[in-house]
Amino acid sequence: MRTPVSTFELIEPRSLPHALALMRDSQPIVPLAGCTDVYVALNAGTPPGTRYLNLLSLDALRGIARRDGVISIGALTTFSEISRSALLARHLPALVMAAREIGAVQIQNRATLGGNVANGSPAGDSLPVLAATDAVVVLRSAAGKRRVPFVAFYTGYRLTVMRPDELVVAVEVPPVDGRQWFRKVGTRAAQTISKVVIAAVRAPRPRIAFGSVAPTVVRARRTEEALASGGTIDDAVAALGAEIAPIDDMRSTAEYRLRVAGNLIRQFWTETA
Amino acid sequence: MLHGRTIRSTIPCGRIRSINLTSDPAGFTVVDYRSIPGRNVVALIADDQPCLAERVVRHYAEPILLLAHEDRERLITAEVDVQYEPSEPLLDPLRSPNVFKSIAIHKGDLEAGFARADEIVEGEYRVGHQEHVYIETNGVIAVPGDGAVTVYGSLQCPYYVQKALRVMLGLPAERVRVVQAETGGGFGGKEEYPSIVAAHACLLALKSQRPVKLIYDRAEDMVATTKRHPAIIRTRTGVTREGRLTAIDIDVLLDGGAYMTLSPVVLSRGVIHATGPYRCDNVRVNGRVVMTNTPPNGAFRGFGAPQTQFAAEVHMERIAERLGMDPVRLREMNALRAGDTTATGQVLGRDTSALAVLREAVARTDFKRRRREMRGTRRGLGLALFFHGAGFTGSGEVRLASKASLELTERGARILVASADMGQGSRTVHAQIVAETLGVPYEAVEVARVDTASVPDSGPTVASRTTMIVGGLLERCAAEMRRTLGRLTPREYLKRHGPIVITKQYEAPTTAVFDEDTYTGDAYGTYAWACDVAEVEYDPVTYEIRPVHITAVQEIGRALNPMLAAGQIEGGTAQGVGYALLEEVVMRDGHMANAQLTNYAAPTTMDTPRIDVVIQERPYRHGPFGAKGLGELPFDGVAPAIANAVRHLGFDVRALPLTPERIMNAPPVRKPK
Repeated sequence: MRTPVSTFELIEPRSLPHALALMRDSQPIVPLAGCTDVYVALNAGTPPGTRYLNLLSLDALRGIARRDGVISIGALTTFSEISRSALLARHLPALVMAAREIGAVQIQNRATLGGNVANGSPAGDSLPVLAATDAVVVLRSAAGKRRVPFVAFYTGYRLTVMRPDELVVAVEVPPVDGRQWFRKVGTRAAQTISKVVIAAVRAPRPRIAFGSVAPTVVRARRTEEALASGGTIDDAVAALGAEIAPIDDMRSTAEYRLRVAGNLIRQFWTETA
Repeated sequence: MLHGRTIRSTIPCGRIRSINLTSDPAGFTVVDYRSIPGRNVVALIADDQPCLAERVVRHYAEPILLLAHEDRERLITAEVDVQYEPSEPLLDPLRSPNVFKSIAIHKGDLEAGFARADEIVEGEYRVGHQEHVYIETNGVIAVPGDGAVTVYGSLQCPYYVQKALRVMLGLPAERVRVVQAETGGGFGGKEEYPSIVAAHACLLALKSQRPVKLIYDRAEDMVATTKRHPAIIRTRTGVTREGRLTAIDIDVLLDGGAYMTLSPVVLSRGVIHATGPYRCDNVRVNGRVVMTNTPPNGAFRGFGAPQTQFAAEVHMERIAERLGMDPVRLREMNALRAGDTTATGQVLGRDTSALAVLREAVARTDFKRRRREMRGTRRGLGLALFFHGAGFTGSGEVRLASKASLELTERGARILVASADMGQGSRTVHAQIVAETLGVPYEAVEVARVDTASVPDSGPTVASRTTMIVGGLLERCAAEMRRTLGRLTPREYLKRHGPIVITKQYEAPTTAVFDEDTYTGDAYGTYAWACDVAEVEYDPVTYEIRPVHITAVQEIGRALNPMLAAGQIEGGTAQGVGYALLEEVVMRDGHMANAQLTNYAAPTTMDTPRIDVVIQERPYRHGPFGAKGLGELPFDGVAPAIANAVRHLGFDVRALPLTPERIMNAPPVRKPK
């Protein structure tokens, strides 16, 4: 590990209100849970801070439940818990599929949905599912609670609307009508970062979201519109080209991402017909 | 104990203007080239590589300065300001005027051969770097003594390390002790590189007079240490309408990186295997390995042969396509047989098995019928026929003059060799050879720790030589011990006559010679032969090629331990799957940009297909119990078998790895005229 950690401060909050008070009064402070993103940074010698707030003991942020027709997933829910959830298997199978393809089992046992959301990597595998299902991010601060539509949550590459004193406490997903579809395309069959990742819902108004093809997860509105208005699949693929902006990087090329994203739209449309 | 750290260049080429430790120097041991008591070289083939850069750097991540400190955190946060005068790096091997080594093989009359051809097939084939991804990174601990030093390390070749340290430290052999610690994989990546790690740790240990631990993290190991040589291979082949090869003309270019390391020997093995296992009377192979301003490339399982045999086997497939001929028939017609001569003019013996492995692989996979059935589907089937010479090339083993010793113990015997077990199971196989020959139970044979203070120099643990050559020496030791014991048990013998240690030195089994000036003669004692059949599935949505099934038929003389032999074949095959499909070292401005296991995609078990291992045995007269070398063979043929399966799907691919990005842009295979 290329980061000296012995002088780092790790603060254990007694309760959620205490954690929120620390977020308000003790900035700069980095909230952490599963640490699966933090450790990558520490290992590389690029620590995100020197003071950390350990959320892991806050049981109030755990659990998967259905309330008032909405599925609420606590921010500390791990991907292993998501994979095993009968409720999610029934109502949000795309999220279960995504959870099973994130990292390795060891990562799935540690990594949390809230962490994936807050970290905001455009390659986050759960994010297209949340974008395509019109999820809502529940934020808490000492000043109160607010709900932000997931599609309005990111403002740029790893940038969000969150204020420094806020925590992601839950993600809420309204009922999803229609068949859910998910596919991750990585550099190998497992333990891989997405080159392109798609989540979609087949309904009269289809909903489609992509990861790894732009600075943030992208909801493909014009593609959806083309399909909803009875356009051909070619029209939809053409529309997609205008609303994603993939790049060349060490994992793939812009050309590949663009073509595969189009192919995935076709595959989604055929398989859910 | 202190922790050590290596400060490396951050440019690919230039002059060093200044070096300053800008952190508080308290408690630091600092070493630059001026602290080197002997010669500032990593002694290997040429003494061109400095242990620490003096005024110029020739590649990114070149070692410049060494630091040690008791407190690891002080060490990793220490800042060193190195100012450079950068110059334009040479990154394209095709443009390099600096040739480390060139080799030419000539056989017959090339022009006459081409004149007899009905078709001439030409092609260029390219392969990139490959990283070893041993589980354990490079690392050593150096312990200073009274005018001496001991190194404990993860390494394959203790005597290479000792030699490099003797030269660099200016110490006699008895003052430099190298002990192999349990080693978590090597694959050639710990053949020459540990000499550098050990040299650095020793310099820090001698200056501080404290033990120093120097262990690379994964990113440093990937950025700084050796890789498989990238290659560009151009082939021109004359062939008759019926499919007989009349002339083969091959040009091999290897990118050696910034220093020579083992490049000439890699080139040598590459050119000798460049025709593939085929008979042809008229052959020219021109090879050269050149310098570029990239981290030096070095030993890696297969050692030049995977690069050239990839080209050879894809080229054979293209010849079959051009002739509209069954690729199996083309290979059968041209495969080397006993009594045939190789490109260097070596007359092959009765243990030549190219046809046997080809026929077995074809029969087992129902190759011809299944290939027909797959036409028009998303499945493809391809094969590669290949061979690998074991042991050092030519008179290398005679020059090496390895020794092995066997010491009598109360229960049986103790093996004293410098062979490093790094997961391949060499200790097990050596003990089996001794137990069998001596007539004692396997449990009665011990294997001494690999320590230059107590084991003889049995040569490096490389070149598929550990069973065939070192095992052969042990067989001779054990046979003599058997004769010496007569009717006595070991215990009785020791009581009556006292301790004995029997040492044997390598002797050439035949009078055959290899001429290194003309590159003619017996390049290797013998060859192992293999045929891989790969079945793949293509995903038209993502352009991914998924290996479904590989059948590996390999003739290895004698499988002394069938389970370990199968393990070598499965492991080599899995590593070959990575080389074929996934592993791409992304080089940017002369350095590896994807130096993390996240972004350098070595195969997981999910990427590895079912592997059927079929072992054939045609004993080698001079191998222990008939054994040939095995370690490298399984790697050589995987990539061309997979590439040929991808050609069967209709993609004209001639470069590795076969990433989806490459498949997406591959032109179609042209149908025969």
